Amino acid sequence: MKILVPIKRVIDANVRVHVKSDGSGVETANIKMAMNPFCEIAVEEAIRIKEAGHASEIIVITIGTSQCQDILRSGLAMGADRAILIETEAELQPLAIAKLLKAIVERQSPQLVILGKQAIDDDNNQTGQMLSALLGWAQGTFASKVVFNDGNVEVTREIDGGLETVSLQLPAIVTTDLRLNEPRYIKLPNIMKAKKKPLDILCPDDLGIDVNSRLKVLSIEQPAKRAAGIKLADVQELMDKLKNEAKVI
Amino acid sequence: MSQTINRRDLDFLIYEMLAVDELCEREYFSEHGRDVFEPLLDTAEDIALDHFLACAEAGDKHMAEVVDGKVKMIPEAKIALDNMFEAGFVAASLDNEYGGLQLPVTVANACMSIFQSANIGLCGLPLLTIGVANLINTYGNNEQKALYIPSLLSGNFYGTMCLSEPHAGSSLTDIRTKAELEEDGTYRITGNKMWITGGEHELSENIIHLVMAKIPGGPPGVKGISLFIVPRYQVNADGSVGEHNDVSLAGLNHKMGQRITPNCVLNFGDNNKCIGYLVGEPHCGLEYMFLMMNEARIAIGLSAVSAGYAGYLYSLDYARERTQGRLPDNKNPSNKMTPIIQHADVKRMLLAQKSYVEGGLALCLFASSLLDEEKTHPDESARLEARLLLDVLIPVVKAWPSEWCLEANKHAIQILGGYGYTQDYPVERLYRDNRLNMIHEGTNGIHGIDLLGRKVVMKNGAGFELFMGEIQKSIDAAAKHAALSEFVTSLQQAKQTVIDTTKVLTTAAAKGDVTVFLANSSIYLDMFSHLVLAWIWLKQAIAVQVGLPDAHDQDKHFYTGKMQACQYYFRWELPKIEAQAKLLSSLDTTCLDMPEQAFAG
Ligand SMILES: Cc1cc2nc3c(=O)[nH]c(=O)nc-3n(C[C@H](O)[C@H](O)[C@H](O)COP(=O)(O)OP(=O)(O)OC[C@H]3O[C@@H](n4cnc5c(N)ncnc54)[C@H](O)[C@@H]3O)c2cc1C
Repeated sequence: MKILVPIKRVIDANVRVHVKSDGSGVETANIKMAMNPFCEIAVEEAIRIKEAGHASEIIVITIGTSQCQDILRSGLAMGADRAILIETEAELQPLAIAKLLKAIVERQSPQLVILGKQAIDDDNNQTGQMLSALLGWAQGTFASKVVFNDGNVEVTREIDGGLETVSLQLPAIVTTDLRLNEPRYIKLPNIMKAKKKPLDILCPDDLGIDVNSRLKVLSIEQPAKRAAGIKLADVQELMDKLKNEAKVI
Repeated sequence: MSQTINRRDLDFLIYEMLAVDELCEREYFSEHGRDVFEPLLDTAEDIALDHFLACAEAGDKHMAEVVDGKVKMIPEAKIALDNMFEAGFVAASLDNEYGGLQLPVTVANACMSIFQSANIGLCGLPLLTIGVANLINTYGNNEQKALYIPSLLSGNFYGTMCLSEPHAGSSLTDIRTKAELEEDGTYRITGNKMWITGGEHELSENIIHLVMAKIPGGPPGVKGISLFIVPRYQVNADGSVGEHNDVSLAGLNHKMGQRITPNCVLNFGDNNKCIGYLVGEPHCGLEYMFLMMNEARIAIGLSAVSAGYAGYLYSLDYARERTQGRLPDNKNPSNKMTPIIQHADVKRMLLAQKSYVEGGLALCLFASSLLDEEKTHPDESARLEARLLLDVLIPVVKAWPSEWCLEANKHAIQILGGYGYTQDYPVERLYRDNRLNMIHEGTNGIHGIDLLGRKVVMKNGAGFELFMGEIQKSIDAAAKHAALSEFVTSLQQAKQTVIDTTKVLTTAAAKGDVTVFLANSSIYLDMFSHLVLAWIWLKQAIAVQVGLPDAHDQDKHFYTGKMQACQYYFRWELPKIEAQAKLLSSLDTTCLDMPEQAFAG
């Protein structure tokens, strides 16, 4: 069985993000980029599934500029077998990504697509679900546990009320939540080996997919600064403020 | 805010000042390149933060101790070290043949500095292990290499260096540990070793001690010292671990800092059953050790830099947050207090730290790059030059950071005021951890004697001249940048001062006055080091001038900081050498002449 792991290059989680002065987006020039943390969890899970003998090949894929090769190499260094870059300069929305992935799924025929539930840059939380709908495959989103039983995969999902376990028939889509696993550290010998693993580069046109965006970003701004707290004299005053100022009770 | 060494600074040194990526055109490093260095440095940061920094405080509070006859360390220590070994940081720079990965030492050390800034105490163990593997790789026979190196690089075995004895630390001539030849060609070891870092612990299946001992009947003094591999447990031919080798733990030293790691008193051969295996030829032990010491001493310098660097970053962050008082031109008490980073005197302490720790880091990575040159430069003459230059610089690389990055830790404590003096903040621990570096791997006093008494005069002053020639090259390169003219002039003058002073001293020595010649060698070391560091700052400033034209906003701040720290070094630190030169040239004997009885007469 093949596993396809779509991953995304985002601003490193430790970097403080700044909005561009013209409000057109956030500053990414010369900013440290990294693999989206949810995607790292997806790669890790795929490797564990392979190590447990349930899969024979892991393909990592990303869609973006040529710089995105660095996260593909990271995925290969973690343990994926080969990589695909769909190279484009375009700003892509989840639907376009899902369509491109569908085209790749049809070419590569994986039995499982495992991807992050969301990327920490736009927090869309859509790609996995859209891909599932486009392919007509089962989906287990927000996974905190994934167990293989012949032909089926049992996914424990993190939902508002607690945990829900679903059993999916393969082929299927799984999106990862934070508690699923702790990704391994990349090792030097594997970084060196990763340089020699295959990395194919395609472009959206090769796949016949129109990636034009149907959404337009009007402006991006920094969230308002949190105001300083105040000390209240007593519970009476608190109740008063909750009722009349915050209007929450 | 970065908690380990600033990554922009490391990238600057690796790519802009040292161009390490260009080394990868050489066959030896052909599997490497920026695409390897970057994810590797990322991994070092991840493991350092998750595991090394995370247990630094706990390791200080719960120091290594003996429980039921075994050395007990906090459990997090093993997890941290296992991660470091597994990721390949210990195997990084060794040859492929026995499990190494042939990474440039410069990059391996850059990674190590990240770990050291998170937890210097814990890094002593892997560093010693690397040292032992290196030494066996260079001087061991093939059987020894195959038997020990792969296990040392994987973390199955750890290594130690056993030189010091209770009565003989600086004076290795006087060690007493004995090695007697057996019929089967092995040696029977008896003696006591003191101060052995990692001498016993349960982190690994086995510990490989490299022990200095004397073979009875050999030449007297250092010429009679031989080097032996003495495993804690015998190693069978298939690499598995056998019987206990009669090395016993006599106790632990209770240290001021680096308390996470055990420092041991070891007895060899209490039951006359301790077997040692000779490395190389008899009576060459000290020579082997010293040839390998350059790497160990860079590691000590880097350790001092890293502890200093960690304190700098912490106090910088604190100075931005802490408000106190108002600026001299704004004393109105109804105005808010100002963040202390705005006080000129706090900026002074920050800039002093920056100039010491960033200067020290550049020095240690430059020294590491000389190891890479020595090993892989295509021209033999260039390889020999790299070696010679490193030999001259090594006392500086070890002693200057251990003195001045400790001074940086002092400033870090001062910036935190009373809070800095409490255990609620890490800066006092960093100071205690760092204090060791002036003492071990040869005290700084011994390095002063080594520099003036050996390095400066060796090969008829060839190393000294080479060094001065390298400075001149940098001066000439800097002269092309108008912004550096002040530094060019100062360095040219400082260089002449050191040359003149050295001449006065060596002339005295030539007249046979060795005692006076060496009497003030610590001051000579400090003067010489200040010249070296000014040179290293100039090298950085040249790289800044090259990078500046294309710099974007964030980088402009970085480069401005480098130039200001360079200016601080040249205006505040470098002039100190004039006073030192005056004292040295006068062949002053104030200290020498002091009668012993008069100290507390
Ligand atoms: C925490 C720790 C870890 C260590 N780890 C190891 C280890 O793993 N392996 C190992 O072998 N050793 C180790 N050492 C030992 C260390 O290298 C010695 O402590 C050091 O060499 C100094 O020796 P000493 O302590 O006997 O001091 P001494 O040699 O007694 O020196 C005392 C003072 O006298 C000065 N002095 C001595 N001789 C001269 C001279 N000829 N001229 C001028 N001044 C002189 C010294 O500079 C120093 O200031 C460690 C020490 C410590 C504290």
